[in-house]
Amino acid sequence: MTVTATRPERLLAGPSFDAGLEPYGSHVARLGEPPYGFAGPPLIESLERSGLLGRGGAGFPVGRKWRVVAERARRGAVVIANGAEGEPRSAKDRALLGLRPHLVIDGAILAALSFGANLVQVYVGGEHRSAVAAMRRALAERPRVRGMTLELVEAPTGYVSGESSAVVRYLNEYDARPMATPPRPHERGVAGRPTLIQNVESLAYAALIARYGAEWYREAGRDATAGTALVTVTGPVAEPGVREIEYGTTLRELVALAGGVPEDAGAVLLGGYFGGWGALPELLDVPLDPEALAAHGLGFGCGLVSLLPAGACGVWATEQIVAYMAGESARQCGPCIFGLGAVAESLRRLAAGTPLHDDLANLDRWSAELVGRGACHHPDGTAALLRSGLEVFADEFALHAHGHCSHDARRARELG
Amino acid sequence: MKKLSVDRIRCDGYGMCAEILPEMIALDDWGYPILREAPVPAHLMELAERAVDVCPVLALRLDPVLRDAVRERRAQRVHVGGR
Repeated sequence: MTVTATRPERLLAGPSFDAGLEPYGSHVARLGEPPYGFAGPPLIESLERSGLLGRGGAGFPVGRKWRVVAERARRGAVVIANGAEGEPRSAKDRALLGLRPHLVIDGAILAALSFGANLVQVYVGGEHRSAVAAMRRALAERPRVRGMTLELVEAPTGYVSGESSAVVRYLNEYDARPMATPPRPHERGVAGRPTLIQNVESLAYAALIARYGAEWYREAGRDATAGTALVTVTGPVAEPGVREIEYGTTLRELVALAGGVPEDAGAVLLGGYFGGWGALPELLDVPLDPEALAAHGLGFGCGLVSLLPAGACGVWATEQIVAYMAGESARQCGPCIFGLGAVAESLRRLAAGTPLHDDLANLDRWSAELVGRGACHHPDGTAALLRSGLEVFADEFALHAHGHCSHDARRARELG
Repeated sequence: MKKLSVDRIRCDGYGMCAEILPEMIALDDWGYPILREAPVPAHLMELAERAVDVCPVLALRLDPVLRDAVRERRAQRVHVGGR
């Protein structure tokens, strides 16, 4: 997937993307030496004042997360830079790792110094080969920090392998399936030590805030939330891929930046497979800002903006995603194994035009019943996605419940 | 005050808890428990304890309900320090 420059550029500022990863020499010449002396309480306070939100999907405030780990770090802590990026359509983490790996490493070391941690593990999705290679080269050329070990760990392929308890479990026992919590990673994580698991984009931003301060961070952002964010755009646009945008940019603007026109899209999936469907054109002028989106029952999530082509069937599109999610269950919890499996089966029948009489009613009920029923949030996220599909594509679902579809071409292709 | 919780990974859907305490526990279409969020009322406490005891895989628990986050944090700190 391509990466395209947009203003204002912060995380992705620097040399041309064609040049690949920015070497350490260029990184330091451009941004100065990483301000290790600022690590600790001043940086944590700065992160809190900045309002920086985590970029892994949940949007938890970064400063607060660091403070919680710092309070528990007496026994030595561990820092994990999470670049597993199991989200199928998202490419922003691997883009950042491939282009600006030293910014991520800066942030991870600053976190480790803030907690007195002596171990940093950079956890990169093993299937993202170029990101793995870039991070390996970056770590190899990185000047050592006294008393600190920096390691690259390849994450196993899978949607749930980046989930924080699964990360801890993989690093402890090579099994990337989520665990029942508590204890949470900040209580007892890798090797039983308090562990910070932070998305790589969040860490890169921490490195910039350490250099330029909270006020600088807050200069960007047009609506309630300050800052810029990486997004991945997919769908019917001329230039899909990764971009950096100001929070508050509208979907209409983003589609234009990506060389598309809003009329080519019939709906939008926001935030990832844990996110939700949004109706178009209603959402076009809503700011892409966590708070503004929350008012519409949606989230910014991992920054995925996936446009469904106009004329494509929303029931079919929802079925594709849920089938994938059912297949990605770690198969540990009954409601996830059987519930998501049943949801996927009902959706498959509805999409194929061969529904049972109670398929739609069951989906409606299950989309509520499956929430909060797993050790991790895999069933919750999938249920939320389903719920949004049932709402945004309500008319289409009603047609499908009677074996019809308003998108004849798509249906014909599906049925072969 | 106490609240029911279930270890979702351990739970195998035997459903004995729901037979003993239908007031608080329903079963989904596959036999797995759906717990009511509210604390267990005093008059059901004895049944709740029995439901916990009969779970063949020890997946059901009764956890104290903490009144606020400060107390919760204090409790966790004691918990961690005690290991």
